[in-house]
Amino acid sequence: MSSANYDAIIIGGGHNGLICAAYLAKAGRKVLVLEKRHVLGGAAVSEELHPGFTFSVASYVVSLFRPHIIRELDLAKHGYEVIPMDCSFLPLPNGDSLARWADGNRSRREISRFSRKDAETYPEFSRVMTHMGKLAKAVIDHPAPDITSLRPAELSNMLRLGKSFKSLGPELLHLNIKLVTMSAADFLDRWFESDTLKAPMSVSGIIGTFQGVRSPGTAYVLLHHYMGQLDGVFRSWGFSKGGTGGISMACARAAEAFGAEVRTNSPVQHVLLRNGEAKGVVLENGDELLANQIISNLDPNRTYLKMVGEEHLPQEVANDIKRYKLRGSSGKVNLALDRVPEFSCRPGIGDHLRGDVAIAPSIDYLEKAFDQAKYGDFSTRPYINAVIPTLTDPTLAPPGKHILSCFVQYAPYHIKEGAENWPKFRDAFGEAVIDTMEEYVPGLRNMIIYKQVLTPWDLEQQMGLTEGNIFQGELSLEQLLFQRPVAGYAKYKTAINNLWMCGSGTHPGGGIMGASGELCAKTMLQNRSV
Amino acid sequence: MPIKSPFFPRTSELCTSMLWKEWAGYYAVNSYQIPHDAEYFAFRESAGLIDITPLFKYRVTGPDAAEYLARIMVKDITKLKVGRVAYCCWCNDAGKIIDDGTVMRRDEYEFFVTSADPSFSWFSRFTRGYQVELEDISDQIAALALQGPSSRAILKRICDADLDRLRFFRTTSARSGDNEFHISRTGYTGDLGYELWVENKNALRLWDAIMEAGADYNIRPAGLDALDMTRVEAGLILKDVDYFNAQHVLIDDRTSSPFEVSLGWMVDLDRRPFIGQRALQLEKAEGSAWSLAGIELEWTEIEDLYARYGLPPEVQHHAWRSSIPIYTDKSQGKQIGYATSGTWSPLLKKNIALATLQSKYATPGTMVAMELSVEHVRHTVHAWICDPQFYNPERKRSNPVKDIAA
Ligand SMILES: Cc1cc2nc3c(=O)[nH]c(=O)nc-3n(C[C@H](O)[C@H](O)[C@H](O)COP(=O)(O)OP(=O)(O)OC[C@H]3O[C@@H](n4cnc5c(N)ncnc54)[C@H](O)[C@@H]3O)c2cc1C
Repeated sequence: MSSANYDAIIIGGGHNGLICAAYLAKAGRKVLVLEKRHVLGGAAVSEELHPGFTFSVASYVVSLFRPHIIRELDLAKHGYEVIPMDCSFLPLPNGDSLARWADGNRSRREISRFSRKDAETYPEFSRVMTHMGKLAKAVIDHPAPDITSLRPAELSNMLRLGKSFKSLGPELLHLNIKLVTMSAADFLDRWFESDTLKAPMSVSGIIGTFQGVRSPGTAYVLLHHYMGQLDGVFRSWGFSKGGTGGISMACARAAEAFGAEVRTNSPVQHVLLRNGEAKGVVLENGDELLANQIISNLDPNRTYLKMVGEEHLPQEVANDIKRYKLRGSSGKVNLALDRVPEFSCRPGIGDHLRGDVAIAPSIDYLEKAFDQAKYGDFSTRPYINAVIPTLTDPTLAPPGKHILSCFVQYAPYHIKEGAENWPKFRDAFGEAVIDTMEEYVPGLRNMIIYKQVLTPWDLEQQMGLTEGNIFQGELSLEQLLFQRPVAGYAKYKTAINNLWMCGSGTHPGGGIMGASGELCAKTMLQNRSV
Repeated sequence: MPIKSPFFPRTSELCTSMLWKEWAGYYAVNSYQIPHDAEYFAFRESAGLIDITPLFKYRVTGPDAAEYLARIMVKDITKLKVGRVAYCCWCNDAGKIIDDGTVMRRDEYEFFVTSADPSFSWFSRFTRGYQVELEDISDQIAALALQGPSSRAILKRICDADLDRLRFFRTTSARSGDNEFHISRTGYTGDLGYELWVENKNALRLWDAIMEAGADYNIRPAGLDALDMTRVEAGLILKDVDYFNAQHVLIDDRTSSPFEVSLGWMVDLDRRPFIGQRALQLEKAEGSAWSLAGIELEWTEIEDLYARYGLPPEVQHHAWRSSIPIYTDKSQGKQIGYATSGTWSPLLKKNIALATLQSKYATPGTMVAMELSVEHVRHTVHAWICDPQFYNPERKRSNPVKDIAA
């Protein structure tokens, strides 16, 4: 048995695990991070998959990262750099297109080609959503209040939240309740008439869920989109310098600067229990490492069922965890290209390519894509969110060469042939995505130098995301706040003593946000648990 | 009416925002596009190209050129080796700053000096007794600053200079095809970057070559709005904003010594006489009344203030330049200084400012309070004193090839 003793061992070097390590190390704790792969970052990872081409393999854009973490951990000094996007571009099959810009008047002119009314409603909508975003912020920057508790701390948490709600005023509060219950499509219908505008706006309600834009509850997720703006940034979405792995590397450097130890190529086999309490970890190579506290950056399913094992869990917890919905629904196609892909509806290499490109021509198109998924097929004409990060960060590819990254939905984990058969359909899935893109980018196929296709099965195998769910669990309402991942254990503490969770399977949820890692560390420090 | 720089045919075509200002009698672009933050990020993430022709430029030649410049400048220019650049300021007899700029030693007997204000008259007052010739070449030389992490890679594509070895604050001549110009590794962004000095007639060719070579590196033409944000992040002071030309002010209270604006490091006191020496020696001995410091506003308090009005926190998208009182504490106990310029730093996610403070309050780590207006009402928020170099990336000074000899 190894003699090394740590205050805390963190299983998993995703950005949340690294942030958790940085906060604990900053507070003087002796911390060790164990990452299974040869690279750090988890789903926020950059890899040189083809010589000279560095890909953001999974996540590709950043918005929600908590700015106070950047300040508190001095992340800018350690290389955290996010470059805002210029534009959201929607090419249409009929040769038209819509670009929404940071410049409000420019967007208004574009939108008014489709609806003059919508063009003027658009800034109003942003205004109201930003206002409501305040609420979301009150929610994500603090541990979730436990509504069943009467402890003063919990009550004051509730009160703070209540206050934020009240500050919205009756009209907005009413709207907020709608947000929680409506579908993204219905919610947008209340504001806008143009399908061309609504379709690309509605998709933020379905990212990472196994739901369609017409499924109830998806409106709520729209709100997250408007939150980045509250942190004093000009625009919400941006590219991380060096790919999203750049963020993870900055977090790792910060953690190391505070004295944390970070090891790659160190897969953990399971958590070492003694008398029902976590005592350490056992690596796949058989090494045992001891620590006073164990923190898991893995999703709830993996943490409870694989790292601990059902036999060590209270039955109701095991049941809740098994009911926790992961249902991955997205894939990723990463392409290296020998030139800039130009869109036939708006030729040239303009600023419209420097943001994200949505293949979401209509609400019906999106709903049809979901229909196929409902019955266990991948969408043959999927929703795609594409970016060409090399136009913003040329260091990612050799001069003149480019990367086209396509986030694709739907690719349900549970295909009707069974998830384990995904490898047989990987090529067909990749082809469907390229076919779809080629309808807008003629000749795309001939530009491809290298291609990587990631199905939800691959995400599970490579990144340890159960069922390939990109957020370590769906962001549906019943899995948020004090119910993430399960009621009673939503404050980073698990049902096993001395075992904690810090990944996006905990409140406030998925996305490159850093909040779970931060709040886990702060909770532990506050409780003097470490 | 302002005049046009030699780059105007290009800058005017690219400046779709039509946002111009006047800079030292020239038209200068504020921002090429309506939101200027892409230009800010170009400086920090790829490369921004900015027309800095309006700077004043002088050629100083002759066997006594170094001695002569050492007499004017607070820095001992006789020690400046060929190929090196010094950031300098010059003072009046009272040791108060007149202007600041760079002095480049291009050859044993040849210097190139830049300034923000016209300085010919001041410089020529001191030529007597020196074998030196002073030429105002402001109108003959056009200038560009290429700043940002990709600037080296871009310049390498177009010219023969050994940029992998050219170190921070060095200068060299360069050739691009048959176009000759000078490069100095200097700038006003606090990042990796170069300034290029070229004869007017060759200016457009240089611009075109850089823009073409930079296309693969996401180069952007950048304006003064973006520059202003980066220079505050880098803690670089600006004349007429953070200090005033001692020759132009109406009252002495408005003047500043180098020590008072954190330029004390460049003052070489003990050497042959130079202008302002005695006053500066005295000040050094007695201590300075004022000091320039960085301050970082407490963001959570700003958030709370806005929340009080039911508002999300707002940040100004432009760097600001106005005098804002700074107090010992939030109850506005005692005013101890004032901020002169500041910005929201999109990279650091901080509200930062440069401030002039009574020296005893200027120690890093001290907590002070700054006035902040929210919803038409004046409030105060806490702020921390810190090093004014808020952002100082390693690439600013580093070289890919280590020059062992140097
Ligand atoms: C395809 C895709 C696209 C996405 N796009 C975006 C986007 O554009 N923007 C955005 O904000 N979010 C996006 N997301 C979501 C976001 O990336 C994640 O929510 C976030 O990165 C999760 O971080 P984490 O630290 O909580 O967990 P993870 O990143 O999942 O980290 C867990 C870590 O644990 C490691 N691990 C697993 N098992 C073991 C073991 N046994 N022993 C040791 N280590 C182990 C894993 O290798 C991994 O490094 C995307 C996700 C995916 C998959």
